[in-house]
Amino acid sequence: MYTFSNRLKIASFILMAVGVLGIGIGFMAAPSTVEEAKAIVAAQGDGHGDAHAVVAEGHGADAQHGEAHDASHDEHLLHQLQNKPWSALYVAAFFFMMISLGVLAFYAIQRAAQAGWSPLLFRVMEGITAYLVPGGIAVFIILALSVAHMNHLFVWMDADVVANDKLLLGKAGYLNGPFFLIRAAIFLGGWMLYREYSRKLSLAQDESNDDANFKLNFRISAAFLVFYLITESIMSWDWIMSVDPHWFSTLFGWYIFASMFVSGITVIALVTIYLKSKGYLPDVNDSHIHDLAKFMFGISIFWTYLWFSQFMLIWYSNIPEEVTYFVSRIADYKLPFFGMVALNFLFPLLLLMNSEFKRVNWFVVMTGVVILFGHYLDIYTAIMPATVGDQWSIGIPEISSVLFFLGMFIFFVFRALSKAPLQPKRNPFIEESKHFHY
Amino acid sequence: MASKVIHAFYDDDDVLMLAVKKVKAAKHHIEEVYCPFPVHGLDKAMGLAPTRLAITSFLYGCVGLTVAVVMMNYIMIEDWPQDIGGKPSFSYLENMPAFVPIMFELTVFFAAHLMVITFFLRSRLWPFKEAENPDVRTTDDHFLMEIEIHNNEQELKDLLMDTGAVEINITEK
Repeated sequence: MYTFSNRLKIASFILMAVGVLGIGIGFMAAPSTVEEAKAIVAAQGDGHGDAHAVVAEGHGADAQHGEAHDASHDEHLLHQLQNKPWSALYVAAFFFMMISLGVLAFYAIQRAAQAGWSPLLFRVMEGITAYLVPGGIAVFIILALSVAHMNHLFVWMDADVVANDKLLLGKAGYLNGPFFLIRAAIFLGGWMLYREYSRKLSLAQDESNDDANFKLNFRISAAFLVFYLITESIMSWDWIMSVDPHWFSTLFGWYIFASMFVSGITVIALVTIYLKSKGYLPDVNDSHIHDLAKFMFGISIFWTYLWFSQFMLIWYSNIPEEVTYFVSRIADYKLPFFGMVALNFLFPLLLLMNSEFKRVNWFVVMTGVVILFGHYLDIYTAIMPATVGDQWSIGIPEISSVLFFLGMFIFFVFRALSKAPLQPKRNPFIEESKHFHY
Repeated sequence: MASKVIHAFYDDDDVLMLAVKKVKAAKHHIEEVYCPFPVHGLDKAMGLAPTRLAITSFLYGCVGLTVAVVMMNYIMIEDWPQDIGGKPSFSYLENMPAFVPIMFELTVFFAAHLMVITFFLRSRLWPFKEAENPDVRTTDDHFLMEIEIHNNEQELKDLLMDTGAVEINITEK
């Protein structure tokens, strides 16, 4: 049995407290009037402000609608700055929920594939997916607040904008508040249902005399994977792609999937290494870590493959309606946009290619931290350009949001880990898993 | 120099593994082991050095990537930077996404083919090569351990019989 160490518990509370404080400061610092917004940008006096001056001049030369445009530009700026703390909160909430969901998908795959090496890690995975319930609710609350017009994260939720936008009018049958929330509730409900039920069966299997629970778990895992594949794809259109409601991409669902899958596997590896270092997983050996590191390596490349496929197809054909997505990212987000490719591809590629390195714990941890940071940037550059535009920065609201959800993640994950023995007893593959050797 | 070798036959890979461990423990040098299929862990039991084929493959991949970059930079950017469908051919970086598929494929091509050729060279495999198996049964259902004899014929024979060999032959090499 794992006991939630007091130090870790206190650390998670501190993270949450600091996070709440920072999030509060972020909301406080957001401007409420156009004048305040202008003052903030003027006070920055950096590249952003200059760029705006140039843009404003360009528009000013266009004398016919110069006045009106300036006013609407100021309004736009105000919305961007007001969105900053919201976006920071949303990116962090989604990022940690996505880790937990990625682990859930990995867990279901291990069950459906009847993998012989991983049953030893099932409890670790179940512990991490425990965050799905609070994390999913947090994301849902943010989405519900968006629908309630508390923020401007999703431009299609603004009735005035939709009324003047033929494209959004055309999509209103799909992109409308109530349907959006119903879909979100169905997705989250389905995932949580599988998580809780599978966990229950997994624990029941330990105490039973036959394999009925195991077999049922196998079947519901296979069914969940079908459900997950469909809902994950739709979820990524709803929660991420729809912040840019004029833009669309067919492989977007896969792309977000790869991101959450590799982050999830990385977190499994990190938590496993942590628990092993504390002596709680005596039967986990180098080969288990090696396998997880291989998955981190392989899925990182898979993510890059999808990232590049999406980017290159749009770059190559350069159709204006599609390419604006990348134009705005390359113009305003050059460093995070290309930096994440280095973090998510080059780093794991070079560090985890060697078979020996995959068995060295600190190597896996180091690469894992880089991968997680890279995938935070991935979600960041997916959301931010649409919500805050060129007003982005990684400052108090962003870091505090990450700290808050990190604290919440640590708290719920390790609390769940302490609730059941870390080693399944009667899993039919547990012996094979104990003797797994690569 | 004509030397004598002892050939011990086994009909089970588990017995063979144990035999290899015993012979190693008795500090005899195993010249060669012939198997009809890969025996998991045999290389470790024999104490063979790990292969460096993967390292050569990585280096070949780097060569392939370099070839691709240099080739396309010369052809598309330096030699004749035509405007083809509006693609920016002012610098390599500007047009790079279009080159990535070729960079990838050439990397894989070099890594794979040169590694295979390295494997053939290092293991001395080529068409019309004379087969080297000392006994035809080693390609079907028998395992053969070959040990050189240094005036210790009887001792070796006893040791090998002890390890469960089904047949022991002594041949001139």
